[in-house]
Amino acid sequence: MASHNHNLTLDINIPAGAKKVVLAGNPNSGKSVFFNYFTGMYVDVSNYPGTTLEISHGKFGNDVLMDTPGVYGISSFNDEEKIARDIILSADLVINIVNAVHLERDLFLTQQIIDTGIPVVIALNMLDEAEKRGLGVNAELLEKELGVPVVPTVAVKKKGLEEIKDKLSEARKGKRISVLKNIITKYMDRVGTEGEALLILEGDPVIAARHGVEPDNLREDIYLARRRRVNQVVQIVMEEKQVKKTLSAQLGRLMIRPVTGIPLLLLALWAMYQVIGVFIAETVVDLMEEVVFEEIYSPAVTNFLSRFIPEGTVFSEILAGEFGLLTMTVTYVFGILLPLVIGFYFFLSLFEDSGYLPRIATLVDRALSGIGLNGRAVIPFILGLGCVTMGTIVTRLLGSEREKRITIFLLGLTIPCSAQLGVIVGMLAGLGYQFALAYLMVILAVFIAVGSFLHALLPGDSTDLLIDLPALRIPRVDNVFKKTMIKSYQFIKEAIPLFAVGALLISTLSLSGLLERVQIWLTPLTVGWLNLPAGAATAFIMGIVRRDFAAAGLASMSLAPVQVLVSLITITLFVPCIASVLIIFKERSKKEALLMWAGTWVVAFLVGGIMAQLITLFSFVGESGSIMAAAISFSVTIVVLSTLCKLKYRGSQKVGAIPLGR
Amino acid sequence: MTLDKVKKGQSFKVVYIPDEMTRSQAIRFGIAEGEILMCEEIIPAGPIVVRKERQEIALGRNLCKSIDITTELN
Repeated sequence: MASHNHNLTLDINIPAGAKKVVLAGNPNSGKSVFFNYFTGMYVDVSNYPGTTLEISHGKFGNDVLMDTPGVYGISSFNDEEKIARDIILSADLVINIVNAVHLERDLFLTQQIIDTGIPVVIALNMLDEAEKRGLGVNAELLEKELGVPVVPTVAVKKKGLEEIKDKLSEARKGKRISVLKNIITKYMDRVGTEGEALLILEGDPVIAARHGVEPDNLREDIYLARRRRVNQVVQIVMEEKQVKKTLSAQLGRLMIRPVTGIPLLLLALWAMYQVIGVFIAETVVDLMEEVVFEEIYSPAVTNFLSRFIPEGTVFSEILAGEFGLLTMTVTYVFGILLPLVIGFYFFLSLFEDSGYLPRIATLVDRALSGIGLNGRAVIPFILGLGCVTMGTIVTRLLGSEREKRITIFLLGLTIPCSAQLGVIVGMLAGLGYQFALAYLMVILAVFIAVGSFLHALLPGDSTDLLIDLPALRIPRVDNVFKKTMIKSYQFIKEAIPLFAVGALLISTLSLSGLLERVQIWLTPLTVGWLNLPAGAATAFIMGIVRRDFAAAGLASMSLAPVQVLVSLITITLFVPCIASVLIIFKERSKKEALLMWAGTWVVAFLVGGIMAQLITLFSFVGESGSIMAAAISFSVTIVVLSTLCKLKYRGSQKVGAIPLGR
Repeated sequence: MTLDKVKKGQSFKVVYIPDEMTRSQAIRFGIAEGEILMCEEIIPAGPIVVRKERQEIALGRNLCKSIDITTELN
């Protein structure tokens, strides 16, 4: 067995005699509840080789229990599936969690796992929810049809969990779909396990390559046969007692219809803003940053260090100076970033657990298709409003390189993170609504125009929306908290080294005097082109490290209202913070990341400068009139230009798809 | 006809899904060629939501244009 574990599965210690038990199930099947119950506190989270996905495993009696990402099937369609596939294929036995509410969908994976020939025990979960929806599922019949033990469970109420443990010894190979019976042996002499043989038959390129064989082309035949079998099983085991038009089904409809969906989305975003943008960004962060870290933590560190390293030396500056590794980095990560990230992941988990997220994606799909994206891209954008770095990482879920490219550039360019947003809102607040309106209009126009240009000019096509809309449900508090904590922890773990590198870099620049020189070079740009005072250059330099630093730097200067608007537009579009940039370099090629970084400089100064010049040009109509005139003329022009560009380069394809006259 | 021409509330049979990836993913969700589905919702100029039993899927409008369906169910 061990000799054939040359797949890239996690390098974990499995004691002699212990079994490797794997939990598998569809997204939102309630897997995490099982995992937590079975493993208790002793859980290890490790990075899956070659990816940034984290896989948990822990002790389960004398055995080892491993979690897998939620998937609809195992193949090579995306990273999560590949990982789930490898872990399942290396299992001694699988506990498959099946959501009774989504039997047709979930049993596809179940049957596929059974077809791999690995012993299975099924947890038929959420039976209470199925009951509420008027569905009866007969566990005994299901056991008979599939040929493996089936345990009815309601995991959140801890029902049936002990029974699962008792049934593990009875785990066995189930009934394979009939078409496979004769062909499963086809590759058995070349690969070690039936599971791998199955995946080669299903044309999995990765598994085939591992064994040096050509992938077969039977995927579709096998999938169709499996689907037919699953439908047959569902017919036998499920009884629809009454068709209920539930409240959740109606709410689900309202969420995707634009007339009601847009107000609901705005309401959700408003609630998010109140919690994250107001409560966390102001109250919590102020307390953490200004009191805990700046008054207590930093002086303590500086004090402690001064006992060993004389103050004012290069070394002490690097560790505890203005951009110190032990002072600034720690303050950022734990004082500012952590509270915000927790807030964002809390809402994301809430949206995810309730089933709202795929509905938001459906609602905004049309709008995002105009910039070459599908509805899924709304997720990184929402997250980006919390932290651009976080949004950038999440672009991994997008379907093509092209979409990742467009999304990451727009995130870096136009999406202000919550820390920056806080300062921006504060600065605009005193100036009257025209200024806020002009700011919003210009940023939105740049978002649309740059997205449209990229969509028009980047070769290839984006993927279409194809998304499962699970039944809406009330999110479970423990689940949401658990998810929030795990994701926040993972994020912070990735962010710390990047912030440290950024701090080190800027310390070096500052100590060597380079920082000041760059400030002087930038003066013609800031004074001549943007009509700002010379001192604004300092803010931009700070903005390379963190954009809210720049915004804060601007807030401390005495600027005329028009200058506030121009500088805020420029700083919003300006390069993303150093942590985001480093993440972009990690996610994309060096050349592309460099191009994006340079691109944000160009766009920021171009847009800011044009706005400054336009406002001067329109100054004869008075201050607020001139900013509105400048904002409207600029926004309309770039949106029209980009639309024309899109028609020119993308139009030819559309004519084929939509014949004229319709 | 293609899926983008379907009307809300109409039942239809899937005839042909050209993209292989989409076809495989759709089978997992229970939407195979030959299956009878119902159009649950049409977002103006946006995705179309189809239903098979309790399974609901949203498909982008462009994808719908490529999927052949028929409203003759027999």
